[in-house]
Amino acid sequence: MSFEVFDLGLIDYQKALVFQQEVFKAVESGLPQFALILCSHYPVITCGRQANKKNILVPAEELVNRGISVFETSRGGDVTYHGPGQLIIYPVVNLAHFKKDIHWFLRLLEEVVIDLLSDFGVEGRRIEGKTGVWVGEAKICSVGIAIRGWISFHGLSINVKAADLDNFNLIRACGMDVNLTSLETILGRNIEISDISKMGSELFISKIEPGSILAGGRVL
Amino acid sequence: MTKVILPELGEGIEKATVSYWYFQQGEKVNEKDDLVEITTDKATFNLPSPAAGTLIQIILSEGDTVHPGEVLGIIE
Repeated sequence: MSFEVFDLGLIDYQKALVFQQEVFKAVESGLPQFALILCSHYPVITCGRQANKKNILVPAEELVNRGISVFETSRGGDVTYHGPGQLIIYPVVNLAHFKKDIHWFLRLLEEVVIDLLSDFGVEGRRIEGKTGVWVGEAKICSVGIAIRGWISFHGLSINVKAADLDNFNLIRACGMDVNLTSLETILGRNIEISDISKMGSELFISKIEPGSILAGGRVL
Repeated sequence: MTKVILPELGEGIEKATVSYWYFQQGEKVNEKDDLVEITTDKATFNLPSPAAGTLIQIILSEGDTVHPGEVLGIIE
């Protein structure tokens, strides 16, 4: 199984989307069979296909003043916020090589995050009937994917830095009245995005294709 | 005549919503063009056209509920 991992660091949402589309074309053409794009975004609010604009709680000019842009995207889900304090993972995976099952893939993404949290001694959990990962009653990870021709794009975001949580007050995240938390908030210490991005990609690869780390893909 | 059928999307996914038709009734489509977008809870699923031809009928419209195995439209 061939795969590639791209770590884009802090990058504009739209630039990352263009990059994702390029990677999608590569996966569509057969090589690699899957890819992971790791990054963080400058502050942005994105609206999924089920988005209700009423879930953006402040006027457009307030967002402009705060330097936050708004994008409509083709992923599933409602409104969410992304900022520099989150690790974003976009898995571009041809599910035809694994399992043509959206439910399986969403649960696999959650499992990666639950295992990642567990490495920090934090117990993450799912809530039946919802997609994402919670710690206690607070949400730490949001998931929203799109699939075209059984190839996935978009993905998940994990709240890492405590400082970034305030901007979630600008929206009703995922259309729910939900408390958000971050890894730093829970641990009470400083965590860098780079501390967890490699862990996240290795966990994903080991789960989707046991043995594939040993088989060797390219980590760029 | 080719039926556009929603495949099984995954274990436990018994229904989804038709969220977007990329073509209108009567338009020509190529095989593998994005034809219709289906949405479940946290995922959107683009169904490519199973054949080249004309989309002669849209059976399930945007906003309708669709179950795996159901016919969404017909291409001739």
